[in-house]
Amino acid sequence: MPLGRFATTYQAGPLARRAAITESGHEPLQIQTSDELLREFYARKPRALARAISWAEGGRASELIRTLYPQTGRAMTVGLTGPPGVGKSTLSSAFVRKARALGKSVGVVSVDPTSPFSHGALLGDRIRLTEHFTDEGVFIRSMASRGHLGGVAGATADAVLLMDAFGLDVVLVETVGVGQSEIEVASLAHTTLVALQPGSGDSIQVLKAGIMEIADVFVVNKADHPMANQLRREIRSMMEMLSFPGWVPELVMTQALTGEGVDALWAAVERHVAYLNATGEIDERRREAFLHQVRQLALGRLERRLDGVLQHEPVAGIDPYAGADRVLATFGAPDAVEADAEPPSRPRAVVKGLT
Amino acid sequence: MSKRPLRIVIAKAGLDGHDRGAKVIARALRDAGMEVIYTGLFQSPEQIVRTAIQEDADGIGLSILSGAHMTLFPLVVDQLKAQDGDIVFFGGGTIPPEDAAALKKAGVRAIFTPGAPLAEIVDFVERECGRRRELVG
Repeated sequence: MPLGRFATTYQAGPLARRAAITESGHEPLQIQTSDELLREFYARKPRALARAISWAEGGRASELIRTLYPQTGRAMTVGLTGPPGVGKSTLSSAFVRKARALGKSVGVVSVDPTSPFSHGALLGDRIRLTEHFTDEGVFIRSMASRGHLGGVAGATADAVLLMDAFGLDVVLVETVGVGQSEIEVASLAHTTLVALQPGSGDSIQVLKAGIMEIADVFVVNKADHPMANQLRREIRSMMEMLSFPGWVPELVMTQALTGEGVDALWAAVERHVAYLNATGEIDERRREAFLHQVRQLALGRLERRLDGVLQHEPVAGIDPYAGADRVLATFGAPDAVEADAEPPSRPRAVVKGLT
Repeated sequence: MSKRPLRIVIAKAGLDGHDRGAKVIARALRDAGMEVIYTGLFQSPEQIVRTAIQEDADGIGLSILSGAHMTLFPLVVDQLKAQDGDIVFFGGGTIPPEDAAALKKAGVRAIFTPGAPLAEIVDFVERECGRRRELVG
């Protein structure tokens, strides 16, 4: 076997140095308690942050978050969303490069979808981020959505808190490739970037509800695309018919692959952050993010209880409304306080002439 | 407390652009219900191990078809030691039996060569990485 002969000539290298290592060389380093994990976390060991995020994903981070929560609120949090293939990960990489050039440490949470069939996932966003793998100032975590709708995962909010508490200056959340209605990222991040793809629809698309309404900064990526200017005009003309009570979204053209426009993107994000701080709207966003997470956590628990009740409570044969009444009755305190239908929150833009 | 899926990093190292095998393994592990983090091509041992630590991976699967396995596998083992990586390390590729035996001695938990049944690889990962997961929680 020629290959074997070839290979053995390399044996004098690292293998010889490793001769003492046996198969049992790596016993798992166990972190069993929050205290153990916190010790490593405070020592800023990347492994501790990694494990903490895993605990959050497994629903066992409550004690940890309780301890670390007072240390959050320092990081600049940025959400990046957009359709599949628009270049979110490449944009992330360029954005991280810019932040690093300014000496800021960065955390990236990158979400990809979980298979509804096998519950497995292929997390491939890292492929665009390889240049940052060995940079000690960058921590990247791929996250599977695990059935959570809304473009992020159930544990994404916790991951943002943990990275914030770990002391990272900038936390970037990259959503799964979204369609039109996945807007949860806007509840997690202070600044939301919506990346759009030239040639992906006409002027009606930009008027539709959903992700077009959550942008603090529109990013037209692939700016060298022949349709890029048309998309820019459509977004501009959509914005011209609106009045914005607060922040007026900015529009930036980028070519993430070459880094073109990324300085302008960074500047736009900084202007938005400055606006939030100057107007005090930052507190509103923090409050929104906080309430959103409380709601998500409470809903998650209710859902699990509900599933438990549904397994045991006989509701077959009665009508669905009576079934819901019976199931809810097992929750106790049935009429605690029932809110009216959720009022629409203050829109970030309304059509001119309506105000 | 819900059960988390196993998380496995699948990596390609060095000057080796042949990733068909790595993609098939990634898809097989995905279909077995695991979360697979694919690093992309041309990674250094340091990049691979840092990735695995940040991702809190239970296992690293390294695919090498370039003939450089006797250099790259031990370098990953070195990096795991240097970075305190408590991670199951296995690999695959065009690796002659005598080299595979040497690599196993050097700390690579298993080597799968062309023709290895996917079920066998999935079983190995479930068993070995599952054992690690039980220990770390």
